[in-house]
Amino acid sequence: MSDPMLKVRDLKIGATIYPPGEKPRDIEIVHGVSFDLERGKVLGLIGESGAGKSTIGLASMAYGRGGVELTGGEVWVNGRDILKSRPGDIRALRGAEVTYVSQSAAASFNPAKKIMEQVIEAAVEQKKFSRRDAEERARVLFAKLGLPDPENIGDRYPHQVSGGQLQRCMTALALCPQPDLVVFDEPTTALDVTTQIDVLMAIKEAIKDTGVAALYITHDLAVVAQVSDDIMVLRMGEMVEYGPVDQIINAPQEDYTKALVSVRSIDHEEKAPTSEPVLKVEGISARYAGLAHDVLSNVSVELHPGQTLAVVGESGSGKSTLARVITGLLPQRSGQITFAGRALSPDLAGRSREDLRELQMIYQMADTAMNPRQTVGTIIGRPLEFYFGMKGAEKQKRIIELLDEIELGEKFIDRYPAELSGGQKQRVCIARALAAKPKLIICDEVTSALDPLVADGILKLLLNLQKVEDVAYLFITHDLATVRAISDTIAVMYQGNVQRYGSKTDVLSPPFDDYTDLLLSSVPHMRLGWLEEVVVNRKMQSGGN
Amino acid sequence: MKNIPLSALVGLFFTGAYFLMAIFAPLIAPYGVGEVVGDVWEPMSSTYLLGTDNIGRDLLSRMIYGGRTTIFIATAGTVLSFVIGSILGFFAAVVGGWMDQVLSRFVDLIMSIPTLIFALVVLSVTPVTIPVLIVVMGLLDSTRVYRLARAVAVDISVMDYVEAARLRGEKTAWIIFREILPNALSPLVAEMGLRFIFMVLFVSTLSFLGLGVQPPEADWGGIVKENKEGIVYGIPAALIPAFAIATLAISVNLVADWVLNRTTSLKGGRG
Repeated sequence: MSDPMLKVRDLKIGATIYPPGEKPRDIEIVHGVSFDLERGKVLGLIGESGAGKSTIGLASMAYGRGGVELTGGEVWVNGRDILKSRPGDIRALRGAEVTYVSQSAAASFNPAKKIMEQVIEAAVEQKKFSRRDAEERARVLFAKLGLPDPENIGDRYPHQVSGGQLQRCMTALALCPQPDLVVFDEPTTALDVTTQIDVLMAIKEAIKDTGVAALYITHDLAVVAQVSDDIMVLRMGEMVEYGPVDQIINAPQEDYTKALVSVRSIDHEEKAPTSEPVLKVEGISARYAGLAHDVLSNVSVELHPGQTLAVVGESGSGKSTLARVITGLLPQRSGQITFAGRALSPDLAGRSREDLRELQMIYQMADTAMNPRQTVGTIIGRPLEFYFGMKGAEKQKRIIELLDEIELGEKFIDRYPAELSGGQKQRVCIARALAAKPKLIICDEVTSALDPLVADGILKLLLNLQKVEDVAYLFITHDLATVRAISDTIAVMYQGNVQRYGSKTDVLSPPFDDYTDLLLSSVPHMRLGWLEEVVVNRKMQSGGN
Repeated sequence: MKNIPLSALVGLFFTGAYFLMAIFAPLIAPYGVGEVVGDVWEPMSSTYLLGTDNIGRDLLSRMIYGGRTTIFIATAGTVLSFVIGSILGFFAAVVGGWMDQVLSRFVDLIMSIPTLIFALVVLSVTPVTIPVLIVVMGLLDSTRVYRLARAVAVDISVMDYVEAARLRGEKTAWIIFREILPNALSPLVAEMGLRFIFMVLFVSTLSFLGLGVQPPEADWGGIVKENKEGIVYGIPAALIPAFAIATLAISVNLVADWVLNRTTSLKGGRG
């Protein structure tokens, strides 16, 4: 067999964009990318959002999503150029020779059908297997992917299994028709680090056992290093670097790759606690209406002025609930919050305007945190007007100052949120919080929706602002690299309890309790063979897998 | 305003024409509204462009004056129903809790009674004047608007930016008018076109049944009623108002469609 399974030559992909107030025009989003993929090998496609990695992945199924057009080049699958195939042939290809695993399994499964039904659908539809054989094969795959109760899990509905399990079900779905190529599109990005490990391991084993070729798309270089044989680094639709994993990780040639490899270079010296804490949370318990158990039980933490308290934990650990209690959106059942020396009323209505002003919040999704119908100027200007009664030129001047502070500048004042990039949006949200001159800003996963390099910029900005404005941050995150970068104190949360709490050095040095150990060891390292090591060495299983 | 699609242009032209006709009715109409000028059901001629009606009044003049009444009542009713329905709907969505329950169940209660029957009962005990008609129709129709406004606002009120406004300490009125209304506008505008047409049909139905606009005032529904016997003899007089209602309905919806497209693709709009 001289020809590779997948051969892409000079692939060009275009799309029509509709800029506001202008005529629609065509742009090219992938500019001539070429690569080969042999059977049984994994190629990692890596890059920031907008790099064209998903688009290239889908092109290997001859598919262009949402008005995207494959304008040029060749994509050879098993010796046929699929870009020149007739629609019927492409239909025979998808779901049989090439299959796809998407980022959000929860959004991709039909919630009204049982898992088994959906896993075998393509295999049966394409007449690869009889229904009985396909079900048998699915059960074998469930077992191979380490799903609990492989005999019966197919009878459940998608909402009855956890996120990590569903992602593995989707991998089973993709492998069921015995494809030659599987496209994995960020399959672990939406998962907790501790869950990610299990899914990664399962995917890696399954690829090895079934001998398929795979395209693995992700923005996380450390993850791709664990599963791929080769890596292609993409940026703005162009290939930056293409080589074996070993070379890309250990000896990157291009500057952009070097930047990706060395990201998270922020070093932050932890500060000793000062006199009086700005925020004191004592023995907080809280639950949501209709729940019979506490989501938070007996949580106590302290935060000193001008410092950062990082609250870490996986999803469901109660870290966002803690933020909701502190902001007053969810009144606590018991316990006391003291803020700037005053006792805070549990519910929002009982708080003074001064309390509200001094406690600001930045959200994870900057997209939904800003009213799409307001300009940046209105968004930042409103707190100035609301808390300080600023008007006209004075307000305008302050808005411009704030825009300079977040490194955007005056020209952004009349833009709408839709005209900003993800990082810029988050910066505007930071400015809105700063406009109130707060003593404390709650940052709820503010960097987790951003590309690594952009997230890095946001973190640096937050640290600088902390120095200038002497504001304290309560930083909620699941990402330990972020925690290392910015925190002074750390609270590790697990199932509504504070598992470990103390200064950064204390929390991050051994001896660890089992959960902290699991959390720390689950952060992907940019090193070959890390995944296998960690699976062997860890002391407890992730709860949410 | 440059790239107006053809469909919207057509809609805009006819809607504009009908509204202008309504506004300038006394200047355009060749004869008075109650003036008997000819024989019963005279055919179309150069003197009587659309012929005459069942007692010999000029049909074109009746149509123009009738259009004025119909369009005015429908417009006023629509505006009333939108103001009441959307404000209450937004309020229920933002405040939530028992207030939402009370309002929503009350609206359910009203909606469980067929609108036409409800209106007929109310109008048979109250004096039928134009303000009463507008209020009755506006209130009854506001239940529909309420449901839509509440459904749209419930989705918006859980967005982070609304939460951010709440955390800032903003009043409910600010949240309704500044955070929710601009984002709820496009479905409401589309609904408004539709509701306006339902209003036209509603007032025409009432008049046809004799509980709407009272003679000698004219309106489209009333003209159909007056001339319905003519159909048996092949006199098209009753079909002309029906045709007017249909063309108005289509053209208003063409405009509403275009407005909907524009507001959703505004810079900063969703999608």
